[in-house]
This record gives sequence, structure tokens and C-alpha cells, in this order.
Amino acid sequence: MKPLAITSYTVTSAVGAGRALHIDALRAERTGLTEQRFEDSTLACWIGAVAGLESVALPGALARFDCRNNRLAEKTLAQDGFLDAVGAARAKYGARRIGVFIGTSTSGVRHTELAYRERTTASREDLPDWFDYRTTQCTYSIAEFTRQRLGLTGLASAISAACASSAKVFASAARAIEAGFCDAAVVGGVDSLCLTTLYGFNALQLVSSEICRPADANRHGLSIGEAGGFALLERVPASGAPACLGVGESSDAHHMSQPRPDGSIARVAMAGALGDLPPERISYINLHGTATPANDAAEDAAVSGLFGARVPCSSTKGWTGHTLGAAGIVEAAIALLAIEHGFMPRSLNTRELDPKIQAAVLLEARSAKVEYVLSNSFGFGGTNCSVLFGAAP
Amino acid sequence: MSVCFIKGVGIAAPGLAGWNASLDILRGAAPYVAIAETPYAPALLPPNERRRATASVRQAFRAAEDAVNGSGGDAGTLASVFASSDADMAVLHRICAALAQTPRVISPTDFHNSVHNAASGYWSIAVQSVALTTTLSAFDASFTIGLLEAVALVDAQRDVLLVAYDAVAPQPLLAKRPLALSAGVAVVLGTQAGTAALGRIAIDIGDASETTCVNPELEALRESNPALRVLPLFELLAAKRAGAISLRGTGDSCVALTYTP
Repeated sequence: MKPLAITSYTVTSAVGAGRALHIDALRAERTGLTEQRFEDSTLACWIGAVAGLESVALPGALARFDCRNNRLAEKTLAQDGFLDAVGAARAKYGARRIGVFIGTSTSGVRHTELAYRERTTASREDLPDWFDYRTTQCTYSIAEFTRQRLGLTGLASAISAACASSAKVFASAARAIEAGFCDAAVVGGVDSLCLTTLYGFNALQLVSSEICRPADANRHGLSIGEAGGFALLERVPASGAPACLGVGESSDAHHMSQPRPDGSIARVAMAGALGDLPPERISYINLHGTATPANDAAEDAAVSGLFGARVPCSSTKGWTGHTLGAAGIVEAAIALLAIEHGFMPRSLNTRELDPKIQAAVLLEARSAKVEYVLSNSFGFGGTNCSVLFGAAP
Repeated sequence: MSVCFIKGVGIAAPGLAGWNASLDILRGAAPYVAIAETPYAPALLPPNERRRATASVRQAFRAAEDAVNGSGGDAGTLASVFASSDADMAVLHRICAALAQTPRVISPTDFHNSVHNAASGYWSIAVQSVALTTTLSAFDASFTIGLLEAVALVDAQRDVLLVAYDAVAPQPLLAKRPLALSAGVAVVLGTQAGTAALGRIAIDIGDASETTCVNPELEALRESNPALRVLPLFELLAAKRAGAISLRGTGDSCVALTYTP
């Protein structure tokens, strides 16, 4: 693909709101995960909760989009100068010519859970009047909210491919720009805490009772987090400017909720993102690294198969938890911070590296020039996506 | 503007049971009769996955298998786009109802079927395709936005299968998302005509007002399911009649389509 400039970006996770708090937390090795129950959850586990969503108000006519997921979007859009950057792009390209591509796995399902709870408590058959499907639960809600919030009037799409959703937005945006359907794009991802994912992953025995420990010999599963992030993509980056340089996608065609164990098809996605760039040119790989036994083993087979043990890599889920449909954009932001600050985070919470893991997992943070970063995101349904970030040529 | 060839078409809706069976209805040579769909077991799915596949996955497969059979191509080589406003509302209902009970017990199969990309995951397993697949929602514009994604994805190296589908929700969700019927449609797109192509389409963002169906019976169906927003295009395809139409997009945009047989 042709390189796309990333002219603005922002991120919110359990670590904090905005880019500055993320690089600070990465350097200080300060996790955002806490051992607490989400609302009335009965599950004992660690979660990555974003503080302050209770007090976020959606502006004006957008109040009908009110739900935890869209509040997280609103909070995130309003920071790091993102609204101003999109405003400038809107003036430059026109509101119709900036596409919106937002990843989510569960959208406003927390809102639906609350509606069902009220229905059960009240012993009624129907859902309460306050429940608006289109603006909250519908997968598209987050993309429509973002489009309207940013004053854009053209192409908008919610990409929902489980935990690869907000990595795949980079691919969809790049193709739409290349096809001429838009001149620039807002990409992003938002997923928020809910009982569906906590109890769902728990039903699959994938939630750790301890804090998640990616690549650890004694890893027991993931910690679920919530997050939002956005980036503004434009054509023809200036030489040296931060850019998205490639995206690779593939399908495992193996199992609905288990990765292909040999990692051979995930490797195809990584190679697709690299394009002509030799693997040894990659400075750092941000792993999907969910800390489930199956993911970390399959991903290691994929990474070590392509890179051997030459390229430093780590999962940053130890800070944010697995933010599911937002993981791709959160880790895109971390990749861009790594490049800007010359900093490679270690695999947080990893005490004893799994001896079966062959890739060069960072057990200590490293400060060095970071030229190219590859970010991996994989999801249920066997969907794989890798995105390459670096300075534009 | 992008141009590509239509190499296969599929449809599965009440009274529109497959592309070939629907041709006369779509070109106005036979009346539309709203016959309920018969149960469908996806031919391509292995037994384990067939057992677990939900109603919306079956709806998607019914249209996808029809289009791929018609195209004469190898399903295993196609990239794919799955467009659905709502994915699986029956699964959503079961999960949210279970979470409102004590104790909260949700089925692991329901959970993995709850992802919006369930149909695309089952499809890649069924046809053993490792090609990229993407899954999106744009509410009532899901077919249209899916078509833009599919057209942008087509290149000389790969043909693309687009599947748009939505299944009717159970109550109480149906009252909040009142689709009149379940439906799926599919098209196979490529840059080369091949032997079976039905013609080519040129597509771009526009702002003409939305085109309605020629046939009033089909017009009544068009707004009954997001997938059936395609019907004005299918009328042209079935009649092999050149024409320009406009499909409602997102925001204030429309998608302008020009069909040449």
C-alpha cells in the first residue's frame, strides 16, 4: 500500500487518558489493571477500567447515543487536539471526503445488558422505552456517533472482526482512499467493559484470576480492559513523518475461537504488512500477547518463524488488559509512541519467560532508536491483522 | 470511480429462493409470491460447524453458496466482505437474558457465535480460505458500504465475495429493530470478466437521491431488510438492462452505480 500519514492520534485506556499518560505509564511500568469487580460482576479477576466515564456527557443532539461505549469515544475524541486536527482536515478536504472506519467488537452491549436487567427485575416482556437499539447496541452506533461528532458526512463503517477490528480499520481506510471513495480517514476503535465479555471469556476458561502475564511460563489467561483510540490518516506523508506503511490480513480457516497452532497463517499477515521491507529492519514488534496459553504459543510460532529471535518484542496487555476490538488502535498508539520516544516497553507482569517461547521477548525495557514497529492483532473467527508503522520514506 | 465485473450473484429471501429461481421475478416476467424460506443446512460447512452455525450464519451461507456456485470460481481463493447491520440478534438475546439471571451462565458456543464476524469465520473454515475477510456494519446502509469495501478490495490478484445478510431478531429485540423478514444477498466481483460475468459496474460516491425498484412488489421488500437495498441493482442485472442507480450511503452521501451488461 501507499504510505499514509498519521497526522494526529489519541488513546484512552485503563492506563490513563491521552498520549502523555501512556508513555509515562509505559516508562514507569505502571499497570492500569486493578483487581476489582466491574459493577455487579461476581467474577474475581483483574480488569482495565477507564476512570470517569460516569460523568461524560455527549454533546447536544448526540445525547441519544449515550452509552458506556460512546462515552468512552467522546472522552477520547476530546483530547490530544484530535478535534482540532479533524476540523482542519475537514476544512481542507470537505466533510464528505473524510471517511470514518471504527473497530468494535461489542459496541454498546452494556446498554442492552442494563435493559435486559430492568426487564427481568420488572418481570416484563418488552425492553424499557429508554433503550434505543440503533444508537447504542447496533455495531454501527460507534461509527455513526464518531461521524456525527466530527461533523463528517460521507463514508462511515464499523469494522467488527472481534479482537482484530481496530487493526483492520487501517486496511479498510487505505483501500477506500486508494479507490478514491475518500481523501482522508479517521480510523479508530472503541470497546468498553460489559458482562458479556467478562462472562463469555470466563465460559471459555480464558480469564485469569491473577493479573495477565503474557509469555509467562505460568500464564493463565487474559485480563479484560476497555479502551478507545483514534487516528487521522492522510495521503502522501512528508518524508520522515509518522506513517502507516503496510497492513497484512489473513484468515486461519481453522477454528472459531482457537488460533491455528503453528501460526503459519498469522505469519502471512505479518509478511503482508512488511511488504518489501526485510524482517531484520523491524525495530520492535508489539505482540497480540493476550496471555492465554494458546494465543501466546501460536503467535510465538508465527513471530519466531518469520523473525527468529532477532527482533525485540513484547505484549503491552499487562498495562491495558486485552481491550478486544480496541486493541489494534491502542497498540497502534503505543507503536507510534515507541517510535517518537525511542522506547520499547517490556513484557509487563512476565516473571518467568515460557521456555518454549523462541521470539526475543523483552524482559527489560529498552531505549534505542525505533525505526519500524509491527503490531499484531488476532481475533475469533481466525482473523489475523498486522500493521506496520514507521517514518514515511 | 472504480470498475469491476459481476461474476456471480446469490439471493436468499422469502419468495426469492436463489438467483436463477428469482430471475423472472426480478425482471418482471413472473409475480412475486412471498413463500417462507425452507430450513437450510449450509452445504459447505463441516458437521461440527454446521451444528453450531446460527440462523444468521445460515442466512449468509445460503446467499454466498448461491453466488459462488453461479460464478463457477473456486470459493477457496476468494477474499470476502461480510456486511450485516445486526449480526446475530438471537445470540445477543440469549446472552443478555442469561446475564440478567442468577447465576449468570452463558454458553461458550453462544459467546463465540456472538462476534460480528461469526459468518466470515465459518465461511473461511468451510471453504478453507486463508484469504483476507473483513466484516462491517453500517445499519441500513450495510449492503452499500459493504459494496464499497468489496470494490475497493478487488484487484488483479483476487476476486472478492460480498455477502450482506440480516436475520429477524427474536422478541423483545424485534420491537426495537423491526425487520420484516430475514434475507441474504451475495455477489462475486473481479477485475476480469471470465466466462460467466453478468456485466460490469462502475461505482462512486455521489449525491443523487435513492433509486427505488421498478416493480412495486419488490419495492415493498427493499426496505424490509438492509441486504435487500440491493434490489434496484438486481432488477438491472436480471434483465441485463444497462442503467444507472443510486443506493443510500452513510451521512448524506449516496453510492452511484452504473451497470453495463
